[in-house]
Amino acid sequence: MIDTTRTPSVPQPKPKARSKSTSTLALTWRRFRRSTLAQIGGTFVFLLLLLTLFAPFFAPYSAAETQLGTVYVPPQRLHFVDAEGRFHPRPFTYALVPDMDPETWERVYRKDTSQMYKVNFFAPGWDYKLLGLIPTNIHFLSVEEGGSLHLLGTDKMGRDLLSLIIFGARISVGVAVFGALMSAFLGAVIGAASGFYGGVFDTVTQRIGELLLSFPTLPLFMAVSVAIPVEWPPLGVFFGIMMIFALLGWPVLAREVRGKVLSYREEEFVMAAHAAGAKGPYIIFRHILPNVIGHIIVILTISVPELILAEGALSFLGLGIQPPLVSWGVLLRDATTLETLGQNPWIMLPGLAILLTVLAFNFLGDGLRDAVDATSR
Amino acid sequence: MLSFILKRIAYALPTLALISFFSFLVIELPPGDYMTTLQGTLVSQSGMSPGEARALTNQMREEYGLDQPFLVRYGEWISAIVTRGDFGFSFIFRRPVGEIIWQRLGMTLLVALCAHVISVVIGVLIGIYSATHRNTFLDHIFTVLAFIGFSVPNFFLALLIMYVLAFGFGQHVGGFFSPDYVIAPWSWARFVDFLKHFWIPVVVVGLAGTARNMRVMRGNLLDVLNQNYVRTARAKGLSNRLVVFKHAVRNAVQPIVMYLGVALPFLLQGEIVTSAVLNLPTMGPVFLQSLVSQDMYLAGSFLMLLAVVLVIGNLLADIALVWVDPRVSYD
Repeated sequence: MIDTTRTPSVPQPKPKARSKSTSTLALTWRRFRRSTLAQIGGTFVFLLLLLTLFAPFFAPYSAAETQLGTVYVPPQRLHFVDAEGRFHPRPFTYALVPDMDPETWERVYRKDTSQMYKVNFFAPGWDYKLLGLIPTNIHFLSVEEGGSLHLLGTDKMGRDLLSLIIFGARISVGVAVFGALMSAFLGAVIGAASGFYGGVFDTVTQRIGELLLSFPTLPLFMAVSVAIPVEWPPLGVFFGIMMIFALLGWPVLAREVRGKVLSYREEEFVMAAHAAGAKGPYIIFRHILPNVIGHIIVILTISVPELILAEGALSFLGLGIQPPLVSWGVLLRDATTLETLGQNPWIMLPGLAILLTVLAFNFLGDGLRDAVDATSR
Repeated sequence: MLSFILKRIAYALPTLALISFFSFLVIELPPGDYMTTLQGTLVSQSGMSPGEARALTNQMREEYGLDQPFLVRYGEWISAIVTRGDFGFSFIFRRPVGEIIWQRLGMTLLVALCAHVISVVIGVLIGIYSATHRNTFLDHIFTVLAFIGFSVPNFFLALLIMYVLAFGFGQHVGGFFSPDYVIAPWSWARFVDFLKHFWIPVVVVGLAGTARNMRVMRGNLLDVLNQNYVRTARAKGLSNRLVVFKHAVRNAVQPIVMYLGVALPFLLQGEIVTSAVLNLPTMGPVFLQSLVSQDMYLAGSFLMLLAVVLVIGNLLADIALVWVDPRVSYD
């Protein structure tokens, strides 16, 4: 959609001795490269995936670390110039002294400019396992012993919000990505089978798909997620939500794939495969699905942001991920009353994380769709 | 035409039946029923012993027929709806479900419809501007804004607006009225107060639709503007205004017409989350509450109505499309 009609004069590569025709993948990639927004989105998504994979490395604090002494600390600034005007190449933070506002009797934090704490990069801190395997305690960002480093402030339990957002990305993005993957797999298999074989299977799956699509997604997600038993452990709830996304989300892709398969079924290369004695599943997976894979990836990419939004709304309403686990929606549950919001506006920041992530996935999905549509015609 | 409409209605009927069954099934999925919730409340809040509470709730189960098997209850529920328009009984409100839904549906629909109208009008207008001024600075701005529009979570936007209004402008937010006007009789001042509150959910609910309509309109109009008949119209020397609005827009607006019918349930879906944040007396908070406390007839009826609205909307859109576009065949 970003404007694919214009064809800038790209210098054509010199034909080699035996020129090979450009592959569909290369053509698609070339189209994709033309959209700036798609590249911004793609880069953001890539960085986000790195961030989720190495969450404990990037998080300055552990998510479980609650400190009553640091409840609702406003975002702290990194300083380079100290009170006497001297420049420090390594940024530092000032000490925070809890104090009380004499008029409102509310807790405030006063900056003590006499005490400075240097910020450390790649320094040892709390223990964790990198990728769940390698035990280490090196962190990207930490602060000298005794100081504090809350770049985005803290929440009502005194936990560092930046670290919570980084850990929350694991759950929020994880549940959406795996949910979308499973739903895409289901959709591709069901769609391909119903398009290829037709008959009763086709009628039944089409009807079920139509039924699921006739409900607005969020109310349906809400109604089904209530069915996850309260006694389930948080991780069980996580898998439950993921399964709901997968089991209710497949019809979109199934419909698309079915249509494509129907149109490919009568093509010569499928006939040839039939004539050569290939069986149904082999033809589907080997000959037909590779032609549709572009569309599958596009729909997968487009459904991820939808599921991130759905998880956010579900958890925000208290029907999704449950508190010991941290997701962006769960974090926003603290921001429901105007009083807390007014005094501690930074607790809305997880919403910004959702917005940026969804935006990036939408940029990426849009660019991919343009690229795939243009080359598959 | 009539036979086409009848055929479409006949096709929709089994879908409606399936929808009602599926809604009931989904609501029945959680283990236990409202009486389980009530039993917990009785023990924790009314100080009853677990035995007494169980006896009481079992008695109530019998009274309301909740001890019957699933299919029997579904049969009774759906036959009461079809024959008497009776959607069952809400346990949390102690009133018939129909009464609660009709009472709150008005405001819900008003929010959704206003959001709908605004999103179509503004979306289409910006879409036309963007398509006719392609690759200009404003077009790029609108493109990015549209992406942000459908990327921002409803509840986050509602929170943000609430925060800015309350602390930036000192305005009262939440609900449809300031405390002074809640029970006051209608007057000009009350109406103004109402509008001050009403626009918030409308904007929050309508933003994504506006963004979507804008992108769809832009894409379609660009396609249409490249077609030969548009070139012919220009070659004849018609003014740009006439070419765009009389020749191109009419053909490009078709997908928006199709979307009209589908959009309503999705606007209602946005309204559910938004009203929970803004604390509006609409269907959203009621639906949420009914789900959590397993007030199954209320939750099931509302879920079913959402899907029914979608099916009917699709039906109307199909009919409207045949009516608007002579090329679409009746078959």
